[in-house]
Amino acid sequence: MTCAVEFQAVSRRFGDLQALDDISFQIAPGEFFGLLGPNGAGKTTLISILGGLVRPDSGRAFVMGHDVATDYLNSRRNLGVVPQEVVFDPFLTVRETLRFQAGYFGLRSADDWIDEVLHHLSLSDKADKNMRTLSGGMKRRVLVAQALVHKPPVIVLDEPSAGVDVELRHALWAFISRLNKEGHTILLTTHYLEEAETLCDRIAMLKSGRVAALDHKQKLLSSVDAKMVRLTAARVPDSWLARVRRTEGQSFLIELQRFEEMEMLLAALRAENIAIKDLRVEKSDLEQVFLQMTGSHFEPNAEEARGEAAA
Amino acid sequence: MNNVVSDSMNTGTASNQADTKFPFPAPSGYPLPQAGEGKEGADLNQKRPSRHDAAGSLYKKPWHMLFYKEVLRFRRVSFQTVAAPVMMALLYLLIFSHVLESRVSVFGGRVSYTAFLVPGLIMMSVLQNAFANTSSSLIQSKMAGNMIFFLLAPITPWGFFLAYVLAGVLRGVLVGIGVWLAALFFAPQLWHPVAPGWIIAFGFLGGAVLAMLGMIAGLWSEKFDQLATFQNFIIMPMTFLSGVFYSVHSLPDFWFKVSHLNPFFYMIDGFRYGFFGESDVSPWLNLALVGTACALLTWGTWALLARGWKLRI
Ligand SMILES: Nc1ncnc2c1ncn2[C@@H]1O[C@H](COP(=O)(O)OP(=O)(O)O)[C@@H](O)[C@H]1O
Ligand SMILES: [Mg+2]
Repeated sequence: MTCAVEFQAVSRRFGDLQALDDISFQIAPGEFFGLLGPNGAGKTTLISILGGLVRPDSGRAFVMGHDVATDYLNSRRNLGVVPQEVVFDPFLTVRETLRFQAGYFGLRSADDWIDEVLHHLSLSDKADKNMRTLSGGMKRRVLVAQALVHKPPVIVLDEPSAGVDVELRHALWAFISRLNKEGHTILLTTHYLEEAETLCDRIAMLKSGRVAALDHKQKLLSSVDAKMVRLTAARVPDSWLARVRRTEGQSFLIELQRFEEMEMLLAALRAENIAIKDLRVEKSDLEQVFLQMTGSHFEPNAEEARGEAAA
Repeated sequence: MNNVVSDSMNTGTASNQADTKFPFPAPSGYPLPQAGEGKEGADLNQKRPSRHDAAGSLYKKPWHMLFYKEVLRFRRVSFQTVAAPVMMALLYLLIFSHVLESRVSVFGGRVSYTAFLVPGLIMMSVLQNAFANTSSSLIQSKMAGNMIFFLLAPITPWGFFLAYVLAGVLRGVLVGIGVWLAALFFAPQLWHPVAPGWIIAFGFLGGAVLAMLGMIAGLWSEKFDQLATFQNFIIMPMTFLSGVFYSVHSLPDFWFKVSHLNPFFYMIDGFRYGFFGESDVSPWLNLALVGTACALLTWGTWALLARGWKLRI
């Protein structure tokens, strides 16, 4: 069976920066795949290769079995991309934008389909408005509509919820999930751990241009060795300060190697006479997966928070 | 004349009000994507007749739509992109013909100076507007970031080339026709050109050459002022100093020779031949030189597009 998306040893440099380093993985048709990584990990660069916007120094990429370099007409017909940046043509209305987009894919009389897409994205009443007059969130929806207008089997969304309010974010998630249920392969890039955890079946974690982890979400989560406990107390025993991963007021996230260490933590608390207000075991999350796989925190500011806790 | 900056660039500001959420209607037979759909010319509504008489229904090849968009872009602001350049050319005509009519003799007095001037002004308008159209469109798309819409589409480098160059030539020719019609008030004899075939050939070839130069300049420029520099310091002087306002035979020997190094001179000279059957150099030489320039630039522009120069990184 042909893969919906396939990367074969893709590498790309920008000057001295190795933006992508030997990336290989496959996405099966119908999957909801998450490409997760902090800012600058190379997510946008990687998916730009699919649409031919960025060309790899070495390696190949395929969309529905079509090489994006040598068979680009077919690979692009099978691909819809929602770009990270909100861009638009200031000369056109919403409907014209979609008509032109359909036309760029060689589609005639796509109007019924355009009406349907507009309807699904609640843009029907904006159809004849100029793009300039739309709010940022509306423009982003038009970008989604543009990516769907040629009915591509593979849809790539680059950080669709960046800078979008919570309500639109959830509506967007529901819409994307539905597209996936209806048979579209979804490749979603995000730097929100929560987004990947909520939506994706399989997740690739990207760090500095390399795939740090790639597996089913459940497997990734259960692979976490370290156990996290959340302690609410006035302070943490001195001997445990190095284990604090995050501090929020009196709430400390503490990393244990094994659950057996819990006894030692309790003993230390008792020895220093620290009252336990609350103590609970945390479910492992993607942040821990990332930490375990890469040895560094997902968000750089998490690193800072940890530094403060230790100080 | 200088349309780079004046071609309106209305990005506008968007209000940032919070958006209402999508009310999701019950799934309504949202069709599954089928492999093979989305081929060129595929009709999405084979069973259902289209409700709208879409402009899209006329266009089949992806680049046709890009061409149509390029035409729409200048048509939307045709007051600036067509009417204003016609007006400008007429002002030149009024001033120069008034000042120089009685003083300058061309083609041994067989052609009045005003009549001599008109074909040059027409051709100058064709050239400048063909250049302005492709270059300003590309730089605008680049600045607005909306180039990705067609970069992600299955459009070949040739399609991209044809859409832009033909739209540029069309705008140049429309302005040229406007100048010609308006100039008939001043020189009615121009209604009957001696050899229209030459006019069409040079109008088209010259427009294409400048549209291609505009494409290269638009791709190359990162900012509006770079493009403006290109236009003000290369295109404008070369069109002005190409024998629009005078016959190069009236120039001192040195400048006569310099004029022959200016490629635009041959375009204008050949174009003028179509009106009067007279020119400074043979129309065949003009045609050979302009045709060669056109062929070389076609190859060069296409090669740049095929490489994705400044488009695909
Ligand atoms: N055109 C470019 N020129 C130079 N560096 C680039 C370019 N595009 C991306 N980069 C660099 O490559 C790295 C990966 O960027 P990107 O793919 O945008 O990351 P992400 O989308 O994961 O945030 C970043 O360090 C970025 O600065
Ligand atoms: Mg990105």
